[in-house]
Formats: sequence, C-alpha cells, structure tokens
Amino acid sequence: MSNPLAPPSGMLAELTYRCPLSCPYCSNPLEMAGRQAEMSTDEWKRIFSQAAEIGVLHAHLSGGEPASRRDLLELVAHCAQVGLYTNLITSGVGLTKPLFEALVAAGLDHVQLSIQDAEADSADWIGGYQGGFAKKIEVARWVADSGMPLTVNAVIHRANILRAAEMVDFAVKLGARRIEIAHTQYYGWALLNRAHLMPTREQSETAYAAVEARRAAYKGRIVVDHVAPDYHAKYPKACMSGWGRLTFNVTPTGKVLPCHAAETIPGLEFWNAREKSLAECWADSPGFNAYRGTDWMKEPCRSCERKNEDFGGCRCQALALAGDASATDPICSKSPLHHRIGEIAARDSAEKVEGFTQRRLTREKVADKV
Amino acid sequence: MSDDDFTGESRPYLLRGVRLKHDTVRKCWVLLAPERFLRLNGISVDILQRCDGSVSLGRIVEDLAEKYVADRAVVERDVRALLAGLLDKRMLAYE
Repeated sequence: MSNPLAPPSGMLAELTYRCPLSCPYCSNPLEMAGRQAEMSTDEWKRIFSQAAEIGVLHAHLSGGEPASRRDLLELVAHCAQVGLYTNLITSGVGLTKPLFEALVAAGLDHVQLSIQDAEADSADWIGGYQGGFAKKIEVARWVADSGMPLTVNAVIHRANILRAAEMVDFAVKLGARRIEIAHTQYYGWALLNRAHLMPTREQSETAYAAVEARRAAYKGRIVVDHVAPDYHAKYPKACMSGWGRLTFNVTPTGKVLPCHAAETIPGLEFWNAREKSLAECWADSPGFNAYRGTDWMKEPCRSCERKNEDFGGCRCQALALAGDASATDPICSKSPLHHRIGEIAARDSAEKVEGFTQRRLTREKVADKV
Repeated sequence: MSDDDFTGESRPYLLRGVRLKHDTVRKCWVLLAPERFLRLNGISVDILQRCDGSVSLGRIVEDLAEKYVADRAVVERDVRALLAGLLDKRMLAYE
C-alpha cells in the first residue's frame, strides 16, 4: 500500500443485537449472538478507551437497540469521559425520559433516531412494533427540547418510497437538524428480503428527485444526507469510504470489522478486541488488510480513473452478486456483470411487498433461504 | 435564517453538539459535529474560538485583521466563507 495508514475516525459499537423492532432491512447479520455472548460493561469501556487513544473521534452506539443494554448510561458516560463524540443510534423504543435526561447529563452529544415511515400504521407494520411510531415522536421531542442535535434516519424501500420526500418534511417537524434518507442497501436481512423491498426504477428515480428538491427547499434548516439506490445507479458507492480506511465496527461479541457485512466474505480473518488491542485489530488483522488501498484490484478497477473515488464499490456486494469479493462491484456500469443488476431489480420489484421475513434473534437457519 | 441577515452585528455561535477539540493523535484542531469532522487550520480555529455568541462578526474580523496584519476585506471574506458553510450545515447559528 502506498499511503501510510491513517488513524480511524469513527467506531460503530454494536452493543447488542437485541431489538424490540423487527425491520426486514436490518443490517445486522442473519445469525445473531444473544445476550449471554455479549461483552461486559468493563470490556466495552476498555475498548472505548483504546478507541480514543488511537484517534477515534466519533463513537456511534448502536445495535440492535442500544437501550436494550442496562449499562447504556455507564457506557455513554465513559465515552464522554475519554473525549469521544458520542452518538446514540436508536429506535427510540426502550428509552425513557429519566434515562434520556441522565444520558444528556452524562455527556451524550447526538441522537440518531430511526423512522420506518411518515405514517403511523405503515411505520408500525414495517417495524413490527405497535406504538413505535408514537414513541419516536415522543423521543424526538425530548431530544429537540434538550437542544441536542437530532438526526432522523429513514430507510427507503417499496413499502414507503412514495413518502420518501414526506419523511424530510416530517423530520423538519420533529425538529431534526439532519436527515439521512437511505435507499435500502441489500445486505443481511435486506438481501434476504430483496424481492419485497426493491422499488421499481421509476419509483426510485421519482423519490430521489423529490428528496433532492426538498434538500434545496430546506437549505439551512435541515441537512439532507441522501444514500442513492444502488441497483439503479451507474457507479457504485464508495462503500465505507474505502475498506478499513476511516471507520470500523465492533460487534456485540468483540469482533472488529470494516463494515456490517464483512463476515459474509469467506476466508477473511478478523480479530477480536477481547483478545487483542484495537490498534492491532485495525492495523494488522489480515481481514482489514485484504482490501485496503488499490493493490488488490483487478480490471476494470485497476486502470479506472475512479478507483480512488469509489474504491471499486463494495466488497461484500461484489461477493454477493459476482461471487468474488475482489471483483468490481457489479453495480458499476463498467462491470461485465452489470446487466444482471437491472434484471434482478426488475424481477424483484415485480414481487409482492407483503411476505417479508421479519428480523429476529433466532436459531432457525434463515441463511439458507438467501 | 438567510445569509442576508448575517451582518456585522450578528453574534455567531456553535450549535449544541458542535465543538472544537484539539486532536492529540492527528496533532491538529478539529470541529466535531453529528457524523462529521473538519480538520481546521490556524485561522479557522481563531475564528471559531470567537464564535461563542458574545462577539459580533465585525469584531471577529477586526480582531483577526489585527492579529494577522491583513486587509480587513480579505479577512471578512474568509470569515464569511467559513461561517456561511457552517450555517448551511446546521453547525452554527447567530444572535
């Protein structure tokens, strides 16, 4: 690799896989470790301290639902003490007003709240949790009233795509400073449920344009971060801003990964923060080094002028769609397999929305259904 | 808030959840905000350290023109460019 390795700036801490919601596009793996296998409070605290030491600026406390951890307050307080910018990524369900106030006092910096739709019935159906929508409105009010920045995150798919732009209006009403409109990325549960989630090309294009129009209309009021619909794109996303380049994930059991789906790539060796320091896991684990930089690339990536812009797209998607993690992400129009993406999208978007598999902690082998 | 209201009398401040930090690993100042961080050069740090809601834009410009022995108009252009970007990104507001 030509460039020296820079310190990581962000850490996504998946504190637990437990979650009261069961969104069919969850980015967690299909087989998830339960509570007994989760790391202890002290283990997480040691990892957060190490993260701050190696240069991590943002700690994103996520899951599952991080409020399912009884030690959430202690972990947030620890992150603040070691100087991390602490972000709570939550469904809102499981938070209480006293807990939220204690988190504020402990030094929480930012809340990212998921919404499933701009309408209660549809939102609660997608999340599989009655009353979830109302609860989110309540949590958003606590956050906005506290003065803390609020980001609303909405994942877009065929069941809510007609209201993609409406969700921006809704976030403004909730007092959010920022919204992420993320067209579904097909990994984990979303890949399993792709045939129920995939919008048509026309739906994607209409929604994308409507959200972009809101961005302009709300300039200076709300920041819109827009994750484009992969399967209808010409070039792939710069996945994770490059494999092992800026950020890493830590799973509930301590595995240190470049992204949510990295473990779907067979043969990669990742290390565990229970056994080795974060510095070692980041710099030296073979899995991280497998796709750093550009030396691993094949054609057409190797000679492509965009290789330092999109890093060949996503390794996990290359594996899932091309059967080879070092291939060009087939989302790219330069990939010899690109035509298949349009065929998959067209086929899947013609299926029924109903009938998706809800995300759950289970021992049942759902993986075989992919 | 439109940029037109952002005058020499305006007193800018960083919004809650946006803060300066001296990063001992990267050996530079950074501005931390939701899902973003900006590496800051010396003058940006000087500008943002004055954005506490008590100092007017005009006063910030005067201070820095004096400190850097620079033309006031040039300093004002730089200060406004930085702060306008942060206003759009919902990191800054003003009284």
